[in-house]
Amino acid sequence: MYFRHLKDPMSVFPGAASAEVTRRDFLKFTSLAGAGLTLGALLPEQSPAAAAAGTGSNAALAMPFVRVDPDNTVTVISKHVEAGQGVWTGLPAVLAEELDASWSQMRVESSPARVPMYGNFAFDPKGSVQGTGGSTAIANSWMQLRQAGATARAMLVSAAASEWKVPAAEVTVSEGVVSHEKSGKKATFGELAARAAKVPVPTDVKLKDPSQFKLIGRDKLPRLDSRAKSSGQQQFAIDVMLPGMMTAVIKRPARFGGKVVSFDATQAKAVPGVVDVVQVPRGVAVIGRDTWSAKKGREVLQVTWDDTGAETRSTGQIFEEYRKLAQAPETAKAAQAGDVDAALKSATHTIEAEFEFPYLAHAPMEPLTAVVRLSPDKCEIWAGCQFQTIDQLNAATAVGLKPDQVFINTLAAGGTFGRRANAESDYIAEAASIAKAVGGKYPVRLIWTREDDIMGGRYRPMNYHHITAGIGKDGKVVAYKQRFVGQSIMAGTPFAAMMKEGLDPTAVEGHAAEQYEIENVHVAWSQPKSAVPVLWWRSVGHSHTAVSKEIVFDELAEAAGQDPVAFRLAHLEKKYPRHAAVLRLVAEKAGWDKPFSKEKGRGRGVAIQESFNTIVAQVAEVTVVGDTITVDRVVCALDCGIAVNPDVIRAQMQSGIGYGLAAALHGKITLSDGHVDQTNFHQYAVLRINEMPRDIEVHILPSTNAPTGVGEPGLPPIAPAVANAVRAATGIKLRKLPFNLAEARTAKA
Amino acid sequence: MSVKLTVNNQSHELDIDPNMPLLWAIRDHLQLTGTKFGCGMALCGACTVHIDGQAVRSCVTPVSAVEGKNVTTIEGLSTPSGKAVQHAWVNLDVPQCGYCQSGQIMSAAALLATNAKPTDRDIDAAMAGNICRCATYARIRNAIHEAAGALPEASKG
Repeated sequence: MYFRHLKDPMSVFPGAASAEVTRRDFLKFTSLAGAGLTLGALLPEQSPAAAAAGTGSNAALAMPFVRVDPDNTVTVISKHVEAGQGVWTGLPAVLAEELDASWSQMRVESSPARVPMYGNFAFDPKGSVQGTGGSTAIANSWMQLRQAGATARAMLVSAAASEWKVPAAEVTVSEGVVSHEKSGKKATFGELAARAAKVPVPTDVKLKDPSQFKLIGRDKLPRLDSRAKSSGQQQFAIDVMLPGMMTAVIKRPARFGGKVVSFDATQAKAVPGVVDVVQVPRGVAVIGRDTWSAKKGREVLQVTWDDTGAETRSTGQIFEEYRKLAQAPETAKAAQAGDVDAALKSATHTIEAEFEFPYLAHAPMEPLTAVVRLSPDKCEIWAGCQFQTIDQLNAATAVGLKPDQVFINTLAAGGTFGRRANAESDYIAEAASIAKAVGGKYPVRLIWTREDDIMGGRYRPMNYHHITAGIGKDGKVVAYKQRFVGQSIMAGTPFAAMMKEGLDPTAVEGHAAEQYEIENVHVAWSQPKSAVPVLWWRSVGHSHTAVSKEIVFDELAEAAGQDPVAFRLAHLEKKYPRHAAVLRLVAEKAGWDKPFSKEKGRGRGVAIQESFNTIVAQVAEVTVVGDTITVDRVVCALDCGIAVNPDVIRAQMQSGIGYGLAAALHGKITLSDGHVDQTNFHQYAVLRINEMPRDIEVHILPSTNAPTGVGEPGLPPIAPAVANAVRAATGIKLRKLPFNLAEARTAKA
Repeated sequence: MSVKLTVNNQSHELDIDPNMPLLWAIRDHLQLTGTKFGCGMALCGACTVHIDGQAVRSCVTPVSAVEGKNVTTIEGLSTPSGKAVQHAWVNLDVPQCGYCQSGQIMSAAALLATNAKPTDRDIDAAMAGNICRCATYARIRNAIHEAAGALPEASKG
């Protein structure tokens, strides 16, 4: 989604070959109307699955996005990584719907890395990059996979009609069975696959009217990966075992930006099981016959570092500098309308507030791992890739091969939350560089330990927000002025080409001027510099922009003497009717119109945020005892267009709430003299089961619009909803993340 | 050095460092990869296995400490409570990314083996050592209740 401003997104990557797509492919693809819509349906001979599909009567119907095998299984080829968000269920559901397949015959496998065939059309209209992110998987596959399913269906019908010598118009399909009522003939997809593979590909298939959907929208469509994931059988990168494979860990600089001067591997090599110690661009790799020996070897490896150019500040000091930057001239404007300073002078009430957000690690449960097998003309990679073609390019650069000599095997990712999507493909490029350094003499599995992960950077950027806002005579927000100070995710990476007029859109996305009707606004950003690498973290900018916005809106409602829901509605009704509908739904389901418990320490709060084209509102009910916040209940409402798989949507909302609560209550990466203070889960606390709200309700607004994403949008409203509930319960204003009641109480006094 | 291990009722003799945590012996040497590495410090529970029926974090348990004992991994889980837990996990679609779920299931099976009808509070206490970053916790609670309900009194264990 961040690529859409670029003419040729892949060209910004160093080493990008322009010849990824051959001229023949190019002509075929560009002749298709509506970029990507008919892509999946056409060109079965181009399908990578075709080679393995066999020939003759045993052949499969193999197309780029679907393969119908003689054993009557239907396999959807997923261009997106499954990282828990449910694409291995959602994508098959979309395709199976139009194919009229039986859910029990559906399977899924990962596509190879290839663009534009498997490009993400929500990233850019040409599908120049294959990747998963920005909650786009369902949205960008929606028409493509429906088209692919409908085309395969038409080919199966055509095969049946010719075999039975009946008109195709009389052939029906239901639950994976093709029938002709008059003659009583029936056949399974598997029985028809070989014949269907020879049928010319139709280009004018008709899609279902949504009123005919049977699988899409079914309340409980079982996930296709639950069984493997409940039996230890799901394979992740860390589980890949190749003959002769060795395991590597890397000793990296203790401070971000540090460089290797020299190293002494004598002791490390003396550790039994250690086979090699090699320098790679990001540190020194210790390679052992198993993980334990590699780790033991790393413990005694001696490395001398050069910290010139490394980050040596502490986070407290950095925040002080951010505060000063907020008063200095802005780097870039994010929104400007009316005259905010004049309007503030006319305000009947004004609120001035500052907010602090820490660095956050993604900490997916599977520590980053990649397996690489290198030969002179081929590099094979196994990883939970989130940016397949970028990973392919970076690996190619690391080993000195061409991108088309790099074969990506995308495995299930043990969580990512954005971590695996980075411009440098850090862990994949590292693994490739180790394989290169040892001359490909054995396959290499690189494992990041949890300490490597927590201390390894690519954090959600630290942020400082300064907001001044005022209420006008009409009781509405008359002026809203905000300065963001936070590192750019894009600057200094190939993505910098996507910044416009100096603004990194990911630093400010979701601010008040984008989400409410406000007449006078000025939103700006200041860009500090640091060697600490930062990255998109689940919901990206919205992870902080929603927090300050929704807390300030609550305080503004109070200043205006209005109910928090009614006050928000007054700023949504005209321009944002869908937002208003979601807010009304959550208020209704939460019983907002009924008086809330008067018990001491109990409170409820509301928040709303549109992110990634999905609108989510949440009401949180909390109990505060001493300095402890317990979230008892969360009512969540959302509009994500057509709900492809309601049960997955509910799961994603719960997941966003839980991940967001971890950040609201605990998450914090701090630096002391440039050294990361946290090393593992005892210091980087995350949400545990005892802190998960007892009661989470998810209500999906019915819609006929095309589906939008759900992986991230559940997160942004939870922290401000909790803060607003705590203020309702105690009067204490929480403006610093993670929430610290004791500290906020002192600040108030 | 040679270490003798019994995992899922199979005996193995491995030439490894006796201080090697059981986790790495299971994964790297026996290639039973259902047991996961998450933290290496017994903080996240992804590596949970059963040793003589007790839930144990294999990432901090040296192989020398389990010689002569019975190690059960997710691949060998066959107790009635284990089967009931796995069935409920699938039925309620608990997993998201799925990486932590072997450990969750091993902890849940051990809980049900000793507590036939756990309350939410019992579940929280028994499962708080198992981290899930996808926050599947609400479904984990529900699935444990469902598994408890599905187990006939006599077959607990």
